[in-house]
Amino acid sequence: MAIKNQIKQSLIIAFWFMILTFPIMVIKVNTIKHTIDFRWANLMWIGIVTFFASMVWNYFLQRNEAQKKKEVDDDIPMIHRLLQNDRFRRPFLGLVAAFFLAYPFVFPMYHTSIMISALVYVMLGLGLNIVVGLAGLLDLGYVAFYAVGAYAYALLNLHFGLSFWVVLPMSALLGTLFGVMLGYPVLRLRGDYLAIVTLGFGEIIRIVLENWDDFSNGPRGIGDIPPPTFFGHYFDQHDTMIYIYFIVIALVLMTIFFVNRLENSKIGRAWIALRDDEIACQAMGIDKFKTKLTAFALGATWAAMGGVVFAAKTSYINPMSFTIWESITILCVVVIGGMGSAIGVIAGALVLILLPEYLRAVAEYRMLVFGALQVIVMVFKPDGLIKSVRKVYTFNVQEKNHP
Amino acid sequence: MNKPILNVKNLTMNFGGLKALDDVSIGIEKGQIAALIGPNGAGKTTFFNCITGIYEPTQGAVTITPPGKDTQSLRGLKPNYVTERGIARTFQNIRLFHGMTVLENVLIGRHCRLSSGIIKAMLQPPSQKVEEKKAVADSYEILEKIGLAKYVNDMAVNLPYGAQRRLEIARALATNPFLLLLDEPAAGMNPQETKELDDLILWLRDNEDLTILLIEHDMKLVMSLSDVIHVVDYGKKIAEGTPEDIKANADVIKAYLGEDSDDA
Repeated sequence: MAIKNQIKQSLIIAFWFMILTFPIMVIKVNTIKHTIDFRWANLMWIGIVTFFASMVWNYFLQRNEAQKKKEVDDDIPMIHRLLQNDRFRRPFLGLVAAFFLAYPFVFPMYHTSIMISALVYVMLGLGLNIVVGLAGLLDLGYVAFYAVGAYAYALLNLHFGLSFWVVLPMSALLGTLFGVMLGYPVLRLRGDYLAIVTLGFGEIIRIVLENWDDFSNGPRGIGDIPPPTFFGHYFDQHDTMIYIYFIVIALVLMTIFFVNRLENSKIGRAWIALRDDEIACQAMGIDKFKTKLTAFALGATWAAMGGVVFAAKTSYINPMSFTIWESITILCVVVIGGMGSAIGVIAGALVLILLPEYLRAVAEYRMLVFGALQVIVMVFKPDGLIKSVRKVYTFNVQEKNHP
Repeated sequence: MNKPILNVKNLTMNFGGLKALDDVSIGIEKGQIAALIGPNGAGKTTFFNCITGIYEPTQGAVTITPPGKDTQSLRGLKPNYVTERGIARTFQNIRLFHGMTVLENVLIGRHCRLSSGIIKAMLQPPSQKVEEKKAVADSYEILEKIGLAKYVNDMAVNLPYGAQRRLEIARALATNPFLLLLDEPAAGMNPQETKELDDLILWLRDNEDLTILLIEHDMKLVMSLSDVIHVVDYGKKIAEGTPEDIKANADVIKAYLGEDSDDA
């Protein structure tokens, strides 16, 4: 009976798709002969493909439901279980390390360049994960801090000749400062209201950069940004790419290291408490304002450092690199990767940034495939690719006979 | 005579034109188990919210005299500062942090007693590690006392209902309070769980040196536990006394059962 219903449903969907796509898939205007061609074969194929796609989709949906019922408590992601296992962890981490170390020497420069972008997004994702994933504050203007970092390097270098290594820590501080500046006025807001205000803030920064010609060179942007030096020594173009690659790897490792520590500390727990229940959180003695501010400030810190690397890598920046779409991409990295889960965010960044690059083979459809993939992940894995797992503490469990 | 540990004087709370609390005065002595009862909508939870800083009362004074310390006013303090001064509470509708494990929920309670800041959290010097270890050990001890040790690493949201209520108490205890406010701790519990809760509250008073003020609708629990009962109705305090007094009080019976009508 269920199968019969499904077939019926799929037939309806197929029919609906045939109607929907009729104008673009069937009708073709021949502009030379001034005739209209009707490609009826296309219609048939659409019907057949949609029918089977719908059947497959339904099958997976049902399987997913069934699985959900089976395992309620014990759904720790594979990767976490494997990483907890000592025998597996070392070789696995070794393999990952070897891969990333060898990567720029094995693959051509183009791939190294893409990988740098992806790794910058890992940093951005981990930073935004603090704000959105842990503290639960929906920030749609995150790219503003990225822009702050990038322009800090470009401008400080242009006017004062400061080098990459001087600006990097400065930009971290600057990011923190801007995080506090944005955080302070929006402390009272949450949810949708916060999202809208942060969105506005992100746009303000971009529009200021675009229009304040004397300051930022307007839409023409700033060029000739020098790459990082190695104790005052410049590399050639190819080696510079490899050098930046390793700088980013180091920064990503540092980010993972610190974010991981923060997550399982007093302040990290306060962020999660704030996300789960604001009133209970305050009643437990947590200063709501301070906790929100630190989340904004620390999130912004990583974004600004990512911005410096971005500016150094591309050697040219303009406001168009910091649009709202950038914020949304970073948000997608966090949501699809798994909110609050560092491993998830790393996976999310690599998938979301590398995939569109490698999908260039099917260039015309790549955004379509990309969008479809996002929908599929959200339907089948609503917690993200790798969902977060809380730290497990071990004790010598012995029940006492108290009430 | 000792000063009352919590002294609420002429507390009034207006929401627009509605007087949720009208000139309520209540004093709680150290070591008491006091109950606050009243029909639905009488203003009991509002009273808690006024003490703990979630609402700022329109009028009136809230002062505390923690054991061995000076009297201080709580009026206008934010909830987190009230907690820091030693008043912990639970909620009528359970408000646990569902994205965290049971232990982490209790660790949140320790939050205001820990000193490590962000820098320390990132660099983890020995002092931070020691503090963190102690906080975890303390939290585990609290869970053992409350009888939740077997759930220590479970997600709070997966706990049975009764255990969730107990976890709220555990979390409140972790803040090192001298006064514990329980908002309907027995709501939705079965008789067995209520009995266990009864024992737990007595045990807390006797062994943890706590003073307890509770809101409760379960009259059996209230009558058997309380030293003093305060009754409010329509925001006004209508009676105060021992369980025996309250049982016999005409105003209270009227508030709960309605007035006898001659026409009936």
